[in-house]
Amino acid sequence: MGIPMRVLVIEDDPQLSAYLVKAFGEMGATVDQAENGRDGLFLAAGNSYDVMVVDRMLPELDGLAIIRTLRASGDQTPVLILSALGEVDHRVEGLRAGGDDYLVKPFAFSELHARIDALMRRASPGEATPTRLSVADLELDLLKREVHRAGRPIALQPREFKLLEYLMRHAGQVVTRTMLLENVWDYHFDPQTNVIDVHISRLRAKIDKDFEQPLLQTVRGAGYMLRAD
Amino acid sequence: MDAEAKVQRLQRRAQLAACSALNRLRHSSRFVLTSSTFRLALLYMLLVGVSVAILLGFIYWSTAGYMARQTDATIGAEIQGLAEQYRRRGLAGLSTLIAERIARDPQGASVYLLTDPEGEPIIGNLASWPAVEPDAEGWVQFLARQPTTDAPMSGYATRAKVFRLRGGLRLLVGRDVRELVAIRELILDALAWGLAITVGLALLGGWLMSASIVRRLDGINQVSREIMQGDLTRRVPRRGTGDDFDQLAENLNRMLERIETLMVSIRQVSDNIAHDLRTPLSRLRHRLELLRGESMTEEARAEVDVAIADADELLSAFNALLRIARIEAGSRRAAFADLDPLTLLEDVAELYEPLATESTQQIQVETEVTSAPRGSDGSPCHLYADRDLLFQALANLVDNAIKHTPSGGQIRLQAACTGQGVELSVTDDGPGIPEALRAKVLQRFFRIEESRAAPGHGLGLSLVQAVAQLHGAELKLEDAEPGLRVRLRLPKRPMPS
Repeated sequence: MGIPMRVLVIEDDPQLSAYLVKAFGEMGATVDQAENGRDGLFLAAGNSYDVMVVDRMLPELDGLAIIRTLRASGDQTPVLILSALGEVDHRVEGLRAGGDDYLVKPFAFSELHARIDALMRRASPGEATPTRLSVADLELDLLKREVHRAGRPIALQPREFKLLEYLMRHAGQVVTRTMLLENVWDYHFDPQTNVIDVHISRLRAKIDKDFEQPLLQTVRGAGYMLRAD
Repeated sequence: MDAEAKVQRLQRRAQLAACSALNRLRHSSRFVLTSSTFRLALLYMLLVGVSVAILLGFIYWSTAGYMARQTDATIGAEIQGLAEQYRRRGLAGLSTLIAERIARDPQGASVYLLTDPEGEPIIGNLASWPAVEPDAEGWVQFLARQPTTDAPMSGYATRAKVFRLRGGLRLLVGRDVRELVAIRELILDALAWGLAITVGLALLGGWLMSASIVRRLDGINQVSREIMQGDLTRRVPRRGTGDDFDQLAENLNRMLERIETLMVSIRQVSDNIAHDLRTPLSRLRHRLELLRGESMTEEARAEVDVAIADADELLSAFNALLRIARIEAGSRRAAFADLDPLTLLEDVAELYEPLATESTQQIQVETEVTSAPRGSDGSPCHLYADRDLLFQALANLVDNAIKHTPSGGQIRLQAACTGQGVELSVTDDGPGIPEALRAKVLQRFFRIEESRAAPGHGLGLSLVQAVAQLHGAELKLEDAEPGLRVRLRLPKRPMPS
């Protein structure tokens, strides 16, 4: 990205806020921060940001109220909600208010990073809904539901197809295990074992095994990435 | 036809009710008989019986005994008188006197017999000498026969004294004691009845008393059993009279309240610890993540990765603990929706299948539908539940099964749909859980010795239980012979808790 990303962090916990500012700074982003809801809304309305990270429970003005106000005024900036409330109905409330993603505290920064990347990608305009996805010599046809690598057909189970589709849509980004569970399996739950890893290694065996260049990579401490380099 | 069926059903129900009432009675009577109260009552009855018997014995002695002593005294005095006559006026005088007395007593209430040394009767109103031997003092009791009266009686009870006179003569003087005997029998009869009634009343009283005590103790026992089965909210019922049982109940209730408060506060403390430590722990993790981005050697980075993994493990234990607490505390049913249990099972199986295959295990999904009414979506089997939580519970069970079943094992996921609800079960053919530990494994952080080496915090089954509770479901751990079967019996539509 040529232009530095502009991020707004509305978070009342000073330590977490400082940490987020530092982490985003290291990513090369410009960060604005607010410690209460009123200041946050003021900043959000007066500037244009690439993405906003909003705590759900804030002094003076509730995080969900900020998002509703912004959405009502036509502001479509991607918003990620942070919250200590993690049950499914809390999540549904957050997304209904206009949030684009919902992350439960405490979280790993890699998780936040991956999700913000995904949000940014979704927000970037210009791409019509594709019918084909491709990464290097790997091609996925969404209409025919076929996968080819270097022209050779690869047979995938329906779930493996969905998994690959998600990874290809987020090619070049870190995708966390939780993101996969939520988006590919559509369940919000906490697996006690690394179930996802086994699925990934199966998929890897199908798409990477007989080829020189591995595409599906493990990002330590974070998740996975499909990448062409 | 319909009416007949109804009658049959009613009859059956009545039979069942009678049966259960009889059983209860049998049960309670056995209870009463073995109760310490009843034994105490029996002892008390024995004491009362003995004292009543002593009292009655005294009454007998002072009535019937008095009359007998009176008779003996009269006979003694008469013999004294007759002996005096013999001394003064000789045999003739004595005979005359006896004759006079016999004549004066036509009823034969008095009995006389005077014999010579050979035993031949000289005078008297007795046909012959009694066959009974007199005792040392000369007293004799026999059935008398009178020649002088034409009464048809063959004999009547007589008490007499034999007295030797000078010259070898023997004199017998006696009294008809029929009346005395009758009165004595009457008194004995009355006394026996009195004793019997006393014992009977004492038995009945003891029974009633102990039955009422046993009933109240039974209530306390019943509540204790329910509490031991895990329902700590139960309390011992009180009658409201403020008697000693009420006081006992009140004390027990207070004790229970205290225990409950303590247990809740222990849980709260652990939840608070988890909550309070979570924030610094996540900060620690954030710092480690930032550190990882710094330039450092590969070795140092590997160390940081290990530290992050450790922090993640702690965080996941805390999260699980807090999640259980939230599920237990809440009756949050906002996320409840109709869902197809079979799809749920298939999703779980699909997610875990690669993991199972890695350890050469097999996962099967089976469904069984028995006359279930169709759901709103037309499927024969449906559930009203929190999809994510139920998935989490099943995932925990399958995860456990994979961990504890040796390679080559079989894991079966089953759904049985009935009119009452849906029963989901996860069965493995691993080592199973010993019966004594089945209740314990549901406790937070409890782990069986053998599985301590396996990864986990001992919270998986606690979470399953919390999810079951939220759904009003029954959670059962059973022996699958071999292996473990965990059943989750979900009602059609859970009642609000």
